[in-house]
Amino acid sequence: MNAIYLVAIGDVPEQVMNWIENAASEWYPLPIRRLPALSIPENAYDPKRKQYQSVEIMKTLAQVAPQDAHRVLGVTDVDLAIPMLSFLFGQAQVDGRIAVVSLCRLHQEFYGLPANANTLRERTTKEVLHELGHTFGLVHCQDSKCVMSLATHIGLVDSKEEKYCERCGMQLVERFSSLEAEV
Amino acid sequence: MKKNWPILVVDDEDVMCESMAAWLREDGYHVDTAADGQKAVGLAKACDYAVCFIDLKMPGMDGIETMMEIRRIHPDASVIIITAYATVDTAIQAMKEGAQEYIVKPCNPQEISMLVSRILKLKKLQNENAILRKKLTRQYRQHDIITKNPRMQEILALTQEIASLRSTVLIRGESGTGKELVARAIHFSGTRADKPFVAVSCAALTETLLESELFGYEKGAFTGAASQTKGKFEMSAGGTIFLDEIGDISAKLQADLLRVLQERRFYRVGGSQEIEVDVRVIAATHKKLAEEVQQGRFREDLYYRLNVIEIKLPPLRERREDIPLLAEHFAQRISSELAREISGISAGALKLLIEYDWPGNVRELENVIERAIVTCRNGMLEEQDFSWMPHHGGESQSWEVPDVPLGELERRAIVAALERKHGNVKEASAALGIDRSTLYDKLKRYEISH
Repeated sequence: MNAIYLVAIGDVPEQVMNWIENAASEWYPLPIRRLPALSIPENAYDPKRKQYQSVEIMKTLAQVAPQDAHRVLGVTDVDLAIPMLSFLFGQAQVDGRIAVVSLCRLHQEFYGLPANANTLRERTTKEVLHELGHTFGLVHCQDSKCVMSLATHIGLVDSKEEKYCERCGMQLVERFSSLEAEV
Repeated sequence: MKKNWPILVVDDEDVMCESMAAWLREDGYHVDTAADGQKAVGLAKACDYAVCFIDLKMPGMDGIETMMEIRRIHPDASVIIITAYATVDTAIQAMKEGAQEYIVKPCNPQEISMLVSRILKLKKLQNENAILRKKLTRQYRQHDIITKNPRMQEILALTQEIASLRSTVLIRGESGTGKELVARAIHFSGTRADKPFVAVSCAALTETLLESELFGYEKGAFTGAASQTKGKFEMSAGGTIFLDEIGDISAKLQADLLRVLQERRFYRVGGSQEIEVDVRVIAATHKKLAEEVQQGRFREDLYYRLNVIEIKLPPLRERREDIPLLAEHFAQRISSELAREISGISAGALKLLIEYDWPGNVRELENVIERAIVTCRNGMLEEQDFSWMPHHGGESQSWEVPDVPLGELERRAIVAALERKHGNVKEASAALGIDRSTLYDKLKRYEISH
């Protein structure tokens, strides 16, 4: 059976990878597997912006995706961006296979506050569910509590709940049923 | 819903196009990308993009040229010019050429998100506005004047022929025959359709009020004139002014109006500066203006200025074949407006409506239908729903046609009408639904003395 693969890119604590595995397995009825950690692709680094281009990281993820990978989610601690935008919490191919989440701006320390593991777990869970949701065809939701709502700053990430709204949840269920039919 | 708002991203850097497109797709938009201006213009020929993000510096056709080409195809296209460096000159040029926004990359995700939603909100309002305008225009097109009467159909054909002319039109017809509807049909079928249509009822106001209503006034022109105010002529600039009941205006206003028609200029009340205005004038009256001229109550020169094109609307009693159509139309419209379930009008009720003379014409018919709908209890307009109407009831239903030639029937109808109206020819001809001159002819033909 096809699986969702998780892969750490660069230095990502095992505890964080476990949180992600738990969150994904709670919502997605597919096996959740790990790939060996990858080093950060050098060509992704933008020295002018001191950030990493998410597109390059996603290309690397597409290259390492196993044959049976239904989805591949990369997790990194570096700060992601695209040429047009100053930063990204994560990025995904809508209805595609690849997604990436950055932990960089999910840490309280990024905002000059003391570290808080619980806050980091909550934020990571939300971003992982959000990006995986995109790969299963969900787009941004108008319900600000829904994990699929657009977050353009950390305050909006915090105001979401760690779950899909009823409508997005139903869409996911429909999607899963069509996957079962395909299998 | 966002899928209905396609977005185009144009940049020679592939990574820029793809990453931006991916980010916008997460928001649910349909996004196309183009690596150069030529490709962008090609895509724009096939699709009216809601927003175009265009990079300023591209090899070959640059961002501003691309924008201008796209705007040539879609004048309302919203373009956001993207650049890596902010230079005031290019920003000014981009905005001058019609760019909606000018942004420096990289920018905050919130900034882009708000910008796109602001543009789309405006687009949505513009679309709604266009739909409403279209609806309004359609509402007053000739197709909405309901008739199968040959005379009315000739009039409708005439309104189309004259719609785009600037010539003054005089519409004659009894009260309630739809003079304003015809005026609107002329306005909304012509080249002035997207400009204002302003209706003024000349009979409703006193001379001084009507003067300031038509021409506006300057601050302090009279007690209470607290600020400069535009009149209806200025408000209808580029469009049409409809002067209803023109036969009722005073001699002074007749002179003022003549001047506007001759010179297309006027003064505001209390003003010393001449104001030029391009307005088409459509006037209407229930009076016979030619007779008013003969009796010296209406200026002959103004009459000829107004009467460049004359339309005479027949009263409803002379187009009885339209009564069932109009009645069904009003029943359908009014029942929906009043949220009443009315399935139709019974044959008996229609017969009553057809036989009635309708002195108040179509407006009266509309009011009668409304009242019947309000009091109707069983979902179908029946005879009893119209029992309160004058000249209806048992008498009309038991009326039997005597076995005599048609001419004799007509003669008897004329005699009866004259008796009812105590020999008053004007009233008798109105009751019979014929002109006074026609009645005189018939009186001679049937040798009826009165």
